[in-house]
Amino acid sequence: MRFYEFEAKQALARRRVPLPKSELARTPEEAEAAAEQLGGPVVLKSQVLSGGRMKAGGVKFTDSPAEAKQAAAEILALEINNLKPAGVLVEERRTVEQEYFAAVTWDTRAKRPVIIFSDMGGIDIEEVAEQHPEHVARMHFSPSRPFPDFSAKLAVANVGITGGALNALSRMVAALAGAFIDHDLTLAEINPIGRLDDGSFVALDAHMDMEDEARGRHTALLDELGIDDPEARKARPPTQFELDAAANNDADPRGIAGNLVEFDGNIGLIIGAGGGSLTLFDAVRAAGGKPANYCEIGGNPSVGKAAGLTKLVLSQPGVDKVAVMMSIVSNTRVDIVARGVIKGCIEAGRDPAEAIAIFRIPGSWEEEGFVILDKYGVEYVDRSVSMHEAAARAVAKVAG
Amino acid sequence: MSILVDRDTTFIIQGITGREAVTMTRELLDYGSRLIGGVTPGRKGRDVHGVPVEDTVRAFTEREQVDGAVVAVPPAFAPDAVNEAIEAGIKLIVVVTENIPRRQVAQFVEYAKQEDVRLIGPNCLGLISPGKTRLGGVGGAAESTRVAFQPGVIGVMSRSGGMTTEIANSLSEAGLGVSTAVSIGGDAIIGSTYAELMPLFDADPETKGIAIYSEPGGRAEYELAEYMAESGSKLPVVAFMAGRFMDEMPGMRFGHAGTIVEGRADTATEKITNLAAAGIAVAERIEEIPQRLKERIEQIEGAS
Repeated sequence: MRFYEFEAKQALARRRVPLPKSELARTPEEAEAAAEQLGGPVVLKSQVLSGGRMKAGGVKFTDSPAEAKQAAAEILALEINNLKPAGVLVEERRTVEQEYFAAVTWDTRAKRPVIIFSDMGGIDIEEVAEQHPEHVARMHFSPSRPFPDFSAKLAVANVGITGGALNALSRMVAALAGAFIDHDLTLAEINPIGRLDDGSFVALDAHMDMEDEARGRHTALLDELGIDDPEARKARPPTQFELDAAANNDADPRGIAGNLVEFDGNIGLIIGAGGGSLTLFDAVRAAGGKPANYCEIGGNPSVGKAAGLTKLVLSQPGVDKVAVMMSIVSNTRVDIVARGVIKGCIEAGRDPAEAIAIFRIPGSWEEEGFVILDKYGVEYVDRSVSMHEAAARAVAKVAG
Repeated sequence: MSILVDRDTTFIIQGITGREAVTMTRELLDYGSRLIGGVTPGRKGRDVHGVPVEDTVRAFTEREQVDGAVVAVPPAFAPDAVNEAIEAGIKLIVVVTENIPRRQVAQFVEYAKQEDVRLIGPNCLGLISPGKTRLGGVGGAAESTRVAFQPGVIGVMSRSGGMTTEIANSLSEAGLGVSTAVSIGGDAIIGSTYAELMPLFDADPETKGIAIYSEPGGRAEYELAEYMAESGSKLPVVAFMAGRFMDEMPGMRFGHAGTIVEGRADTATEKITNLAAAGIAVAERIEEIPQRLKERIEQIEGAS
């Protein structure tokens, strides 16, 4: 779950990381008042959960409150990568003499957190690492022991920084690492850190991602930051179809029939489980099919849950048939899924034999499942027909 | 032969009285695994399908040899359960639990490494050496597990528990069979990666080839490619990469917690290129895996 810049900065302010003065505005009038209060030139930044703000026109520099109002109106109306801004951050504009990069993230290969620091901030760090490796320092630290402040110092010193700057920057990096650990973040980044004309350092922009699995442990922080709907923090906002599928999944604790993502296609997919869904979605596309959705079923969902999902997928405009496919199941019961998808078809007013392009779920309770499918005339295959072959047959049927 | 386990491997299940674990217990006993006990705090003196339950791991380790532990407790308690097993001296731990935050995973992974403990998972279905034993629910009911996992010569490593069975089934149908299959887990940080298990397969005289199931996200495939280049491993490896469509959708999470495209390097396309450059064949469909392995094995055997 990604934080907005203003939220990430609040989390840093709690740790005494120096920041430029700023205020969040939700309307052009609020932006005007904020600029008035800050006095002098300001920068206005779209609060949107997407990179590339500057390029998209989501960042503007102004010299008067009137200009700030106008700029805020433009930024608030601007969607970036289909995401609406939550507001505009109005921030005092300072003279920056040099920019630095600091991040803490997981090195999944070393299985440890790593500090990444560079004295060439503000630009794409991957590019800097390729072209100027001596300007990028990496320092791993133990996830178990209390954070060792010296590893922050080492990261900064390793790019050749000394004097007062070393101490000021080390403190900022240590504070960033503290936030990373305490809040179960998967990324904590300040880019850039600016050295101002008076020699002080401030965090000019900040980016934080909290691990979804850990959200429940950080309700105090989330409350303080005013984050009440973490589900909305996706790479793109959920569609109504996706929200309906999530409601269907949440209505019954037994098993999973969810994680639905909408696509612009004509073949409905009832697929599972985790890896099986990825494989089958690829297989449908490789056979020339256009999926209307991605989803995951597994963990032995109830009849009602499978029925609800089937009904929902069949209700999508342009979707005439669904393909019901999984990798070989062990704890999910074939007969229960069969009952569910048939029930869903009937409730949608459809003949299961015609609405189900293919049923390929081999595994536990398959004989019982096949009896039910026979009864309704639904075409099914067992494990001797591969996932890719089953997907190809479904695509051919939809194409007619 | 097999890796990590054999017919005599004794183990316990932590969290044995949970609903899923009770089913797993039945399936493991039916399969012939030497499941000697279970732990659930406060349930000492009970039994699950005849398997005795104790309050602590030490209650077992103090009186008999315990080679392994399967951790199947809820995510909030799983890290402590893993630490308890490590502290009690158990050297093979399979963590089935999913949704454990990665900081805690990294903590017990670090502890396990310090104590020379082999950790599999989390968020996995365990491992199986067909005809010998199985730790974890991979394959499901004993009877259908015997169909999908026939004893043979291919080592399997998979980030997906379900796809472990699908791939094993294709190998069994083709007459190759499986030496040991490991569901390594779908999280961003796991106890044992492909590259970390490869030396064990290399040292196993009966494993003649490797099948891996892979997904976008993370760097485990690069680590494997490097291992293959540097170790001089003679085993042919065939990989299957799922989630190719995700390349077009950076930042969206599909399937497992570790499956998300965050940069250029963790896309399916980049990984396929990298694997191929390391001499690892990439199959387009599951059913191609046995055929490509057969060809590679015949080449190698013909040359020697």
